[in-house]
Amino acid sequence: MANMNRTDTSSHMPDFSKNLWAGFMFGLGLVAFIDETVFHQLLHWHHFYDKSTTNIGLVSDGFFHAFSWFATIAGLFLLADLRRRESFWLKRWWGGMLLGSGGFQLYDGIIQHKIMRLHQIRYNVDIMPYDLVWNITAAIMLLIGIFLTFQTRPGATHKGVTNPLGND
Amino acid sequence: MVMIETASLLLAIPFIAAFILYIYAAISSGQRFNKWPAYRIALWMLGTIFALLSVAGPLAKRAHMDFEAHMLGHLFLGMLAPLLMALAKPMTLALRALSVKYAKKLARILRSRPIIFLSNPLTATILNVGGLWVLYTTDLYMMMHQYLWLHLLVHMHVFLAGYIFTISLIYLEPTPHRYSYLYRSIILVIALAGHGILSKFIYANPPAGVPPDEARAGGMLMYYGGDAIDIVLVFLLCLHWFRASKPQTTISQAT
Repeated sequence: MANMNRTDTSSHMPDFSKNLWAGFMFGLGLVAFIDETVFHQLLHWHHFYDKSTTNIGLVSDGFFHAFSWFATIAGLFLLADLRRRESFWLKRWWGGMLLGSGGFQLYDGIIQHKIMRLHQIRYNVDIMPYDLVWNITAAIMLLIGIFLTFQTRPGATHKGVTNPLGND
Repeated sequence: MVMIETASLLLAIPFIAAFILYIYAAISSGQRFNKWPAYRIALWMLGTIFALLSVAGPLAKRAHMDFEAHMLGHLFLGMLAPLLMALAKPMTLALRALSVKYAKKLARILRSRPIIFLSNPLTATILNVGGLWVLYTTDLYMMMHQYLWLHLLVHMHVFLAGYIFTISLIYLEPTPHRYSYLYRSIILVIALAGHGILSKFIYANPPAGVPPDEARAGGMLMYYGGDAIDIVLVFLLCLHWFRASKPQTTISQAT
C-alpha cells in the first residue's frame, strides 16, 4: 500500500503546459475584453474603424478578436479542468496569463496600432505619451510573464522540492 | 421591385408548417414515450418567432429600405433562430415521432454522403460566411430587392446555412460523422473572424445602393450582434469539450 501511495503522489504532478495555456488564453482574452469595454465602449477613445486601416490590419484584427473571444471562455474552462484534476498551479497560470495579456497588448500597441494603423489609442491628442504608457505596460507584463514561466519550468526545483503540488 | 407581401407570405409558410409539425410530433410522441420537454417546445417557438419576425411583418418591411433593419433581420434569421431551433432538437424529435420504418429511412438519409459533406464544419462555414461575403460584396444585395426568386433564395439560404453551421459545430443530436473538438474550435474561430472582418468591410465599403451611414450602423450591428450570439456557440462547444474530457477518477478518489 505504501508503495502504491507513493506512485499516486508522484503521478500527481501539475500539468505544465495546460496551466500555462489556461493562463495564456485567459490573459489574451482579458486584455481584448478590457480593450473593447474600456477603450471602445466606455471612453470612446478607440474607433470602430479608421480610414487608414490596411487590409492586413482588418484581417489581423478580425482573427485576434475572434480568437480572444474564444480564448476567454476556453481559458476559463481549462482552469475549471485543472481544478477538477487538482493540478491547478497558480504561479504558472499567472506566468501564462501575463505572457498572453502582455504579448497581445504589445502586438496591439506596436503592430496593429502603429504598423497596420488599425486605429490609434486616442484621437486629437498628442499620441506619444499614450503609446509609451500602453507599450511599456505591455512590455513589463510580458517580462514578468517570461520570468514566472521560466521559474516554473519543468525540472526546476521549487523551494527544494520538484513537485510544487506535492503538499500531501 | 419585389412584392413585399408575396415574399413575406412565401417565406413564412415553411416556418409555420415546421412549427405545426414540431408541435404535432411533440404531442403524438409524448403519448407513446416520455413527455417531450416543454422547454424544447418553447425554444422551437422562440426560434420560429425570430425567423418570422425577420421574413414578415414590420421589420421585414423596413428591411427593404433600411440596411440596419435588414441586418437585424439577418441576425435573427441566420444566427439566432437557427441556434434556438437547433437547441430544440428537431431531429431527435422526428426520429421519436416517426414509425420505425420511416425513422430508419430518416436515419439513413442523415448518414448519406451529401449530408455528411454538408455537415463538415468547413463546408458549413463556407456556405454560411462565404455566402454573406458574396451577398454584401457583389451586386447580389441590390438584385435581391429586384427579383422575387432571388429574394426567396437568399433568405432561405441564410437560414439553412445558419442552421447547418450551428449543428456542424455543436452536436446536440445523434451525429453520425463527428469531428474533433479541436477541429471544430479552429473552424469556429475562422468563421468568427470571417464574420467580424466582413462587418468592418461593410462599415467602410457600403454594398451597392446602401447609404454610407446605414452601412456603418449595419456593419456595427452585425459585428456586435454576431459576437453576442457567437459567445453562446463558443460556450456550448467548450462545455461539451469539458464534459467529454472528464477524468475517469479524480486524485482524491484514487488515494
